[in-house]
Amino acid sequence: MNQVSAGGLAKVKALGSRFSWQDIGPIIAVIALMILGTAINPTFLSMGNLTNVFTRSAFTGIIAIGATFVIGTGSIDLSVGSMAAFNSGMMIIFMNYLVQHWGATWSTIIAAMVLSLVLGAVGGLVNGLVITRGKIESFIVTLGTMGIFRSLVTYLADGGTLSLNLPVRGLYRPVYYGTFLKIPIPLIIFFIVAVVGAVLMYKTRFGRYVLAIGSNYDVAHYSAINVNRIRVLTYILQGICVAIATIIYVPRLGSASGSTGYGWELEAIAAVIIGGTAMKGGTAKILGTVAGAIIFSIIGNILNLSDAISQYLNGAVQGLIIIGAVLVQRTSKE
Amino acid sequence: MSEFAIQAKKVCKSYGTVPVLFDVDFEVKKGEIHALIGENGAGKSTLVKILAGYHQQTSGELLRNGRPVVYHSIGAAEADGVVMIHQEFNLCNDLTVEENIFLGKELVKRGLLDKAAMRQRSGEILGRLGTTINPRSRVKDLSVSEKQMVEIAKALAFNSEVLIMDEPTAVLTQGEIEVLFRIIRALRDHGVSIVYISHKLNEIKELADRVTVLRDGYRVATEKVSDLSEDDMARLMVGRELTTLFPPKGGPPKREVPVLEVRNISCPKYVHNASFQLYEGEVLGFAGLIGAGRTELMECVVGLRRRSAGTVIYRGQPLSARSYGDAIKQQIVYLSEDRKGKGLFTSMPLAPNVTILSLQDHLTRIGFLDSKKEDATLDRTLEEFDVRVPSKRALLSMLSGGNQQKIALGKMMQVDPDVVILDEPTRGIDVGTKQQVYYFVRELVKQGKSCILISSELPEIVGLSDRVIVMRSGVIMGELTGADINEEEIMLYATGVKGGMAG
Repeated sequence: MNQVSAGGLAKVKALGSRFSWQDIGPIIAVIALMILGTAINPTFLSMGNLTNVFTRSAFTGIIAIGATFVIGTGSIDLSVGSMAAFNSGMMIIFMNYLVQHWGATWSTIIAAMVLSLVLGAVGGLVNGLVITRGKIESFIVTLGTMGIFRSLVTYLADGGTLSLNLPVRGLYRPVYYGTFLKIPIPLIIFFIVAVVGAVLMYKTRFGRYVLAIGSNYDVAHYSAINVNRIRVLTYILQGICVAIATIIYVPRLGSASGSTGYGWELEAIAAVIIGGTAMKGGTAKILGTVAGAIIFSIIGNILNLSDAISQYLNGAVQGLIIIGAVLVQRTSKE
Repeated sequence: MSEFAIQAKKVCKSYGTVPVLFDVDFEVKKGEIHALIGENGAGKSTLVKILAGYHQQTSGELLRNGRPVVYHSIGAAEADGVVMIHQEFNLCNDLTVEENIFLGKELVKRGLLDKAAMRQRSGEILGRLGTTINPRSRVKDLSVSEKQMVEIAKALAFNSEVLIMDEPTAVLTQGEIEVLFRIIRALRDHGVSIVYISHKLNEIKELADRVTVLRDGYRVATEKVSDLSEDDMARLMVGRELTTLFPPKGGPPKREVPVLEVRNISCPKYVHNASFQLYEGEVLGFAGLIGAGRTELMECVVGLRRRSAGTVIYRGQPLSARSYGDAIKQQIVYLSEDRKGKGLFTSMPLAPNVTILSLQDHLTRIGFLDSKKEDATLDRTLEEFDVRVPSKRALLSMLSGGNQQKIALGKMMQVDPDVVILDEPTRGIDVGTKQQVYYFVRELVKQGKSCILISSELPEIVGLSDRVIVMRSGVIMGELTGADINEEEIMLYATGVKGGMAG
């Protein structure tokens, strides 16, 4: 009965040619920002600065890849920043304990990495189970666990800071500061996580089911998809991404406190949204998410390098970018 | 003064480069019920949306009471007395009936809402419609037919002179339809003009004064309804002879091999102790009024809904009640009555819709999704089911209702089903597509598969079923075979005059 709608036709064209401005929009934004950065201060393009910028984007970027799956199903996870802080704290306590038995060895560090992955997966599992079994909004549940994780790390640190044993810190340091073929290791890990994420999202049944659930929960249920299982899996995946981000974050400062990872959840969600993934689910742009994370990092860096705007206004600029990016996407759709 | 309330003259409409209406003339007299019919995609919706200000015509003009008008918005059309009532309701579920009726046009006294006046007006209008809906109840607590009444009340609150109704009876029971028809006739007698879109030709015969037929964007006829038979209307719509709407039945049921045995299924509030058998190679019709528990019973059978008691035996083995996935593995599929809400992903492209049940058959050797295989499956489905699409990469929502339903059938067939449960498979689709669906069902059972058909359209149940089970209030009232399968007999069971043996 319904005829093809006018907006629909524009979409047909976009889909037919397999090329869409929406998909490459975030990439163009990255390039534009890089040109802007160079214009403001030529040192922007220096190898040292660029390496720094991209490496900084790795933490939120890796977390944002996981968030793309959660948001793809139409849910949200607000607990990731606190979970990262809690994981960091637990890793440090565990290494400080192990070092008494195993010394400052790689065994100590690898055991802590495994602990981080297990904690991340279990944390995600708990989030997912409470949301699906308890039939509670994901926003509420993860708002709750956000507070719980944050409070736990503060408790573990006794209100202060947990510091990693110095010899272990020295050994662990290259995981953040080291390079492989001149590429910083966090960047390599970010790249691997993004590629794995893209394959999972676009090339597996799991990814298809994620988008199906986000597209319409009921239709997914009536298409014999085990909706709860897939949703729990997205939270586990999110937890593992948080764990990976933690593993490369701990050697950066070698400490954890109640303010570690503060605001990461919002940065990760913002990276996903800027990248073109819709909050209501049903679409997911992994490449967009990567670009979104990098955009954030570049903006912070440009503000650092220029004197025009105080870097205390970093948050304001980020806020404007988020709103602006969604506005552009909205208008380009219409 | 013109004798016409609203006229479209040589109206053309294109979406982008795709033309959908060609020089359409359409006149509605004052105080007449004017039916608008045509197959899916014939342009009915587009035409009425132009009349109601949702879209603007590409060329041609609209006349209201003989004067040229241009409606740039829905609000402009409504202010001029032209109101459209949607197939899907435009009501805010959390607001009350009276708040909905006055939504966007609230009465105000000294800057504050004049609730007393609105309550009184709402009560008056609802009273005029002969309903007992409380203006203060929330819309979400109303039944589907009550919501429809609220939609009509909303239109009447502002002295509409042209009322456009798009498939108003699709979700109503027979009794509710009679009430609606009484109201529509009363409105006409008060001088209101009604444009009535429906696929149900018997309703049009009963209700309308004149009928306009659209086909492929052209007006093919405007006639007095009394001059046309239902067959004439169907022929005009399709543009060819519809020799037989239903394929010949498969002879007396053999009842040799029971495929599905449902024993004592109960589901609180919906189904009470229902048992039945489905035999190989038969179409088993499930008749009953809306709300009789047929959908819930089938959802219990396939594991989409928790049952409180009962077992299902499929080809001698118990069928797990846990999940629909188990039923699919046993090649039992269920087509939901709610195509857009439960059947298909409207915001997704076509291929993922068709393959969602069978992704394990669309993998590369190392287990990744194989888009080439998916495309091939889509191509096959489009051809097999004669689906018309604007582009293979189109989103599902760009297809007409009938073509969406064909995609839904194609999706189901990907699991090579042995038992096919169809819930209202022809709801909201045109007569040509209906015929295709009927022949498809008959072809399936000829191949030795078995089919359960839930339908609220009695001619469909009678025309297609080899055997009919009638349900009422969650209870199986009786079973009909052979010559007993007729509308009168079914209604006797559905309304509780006869039967109740199983209860």
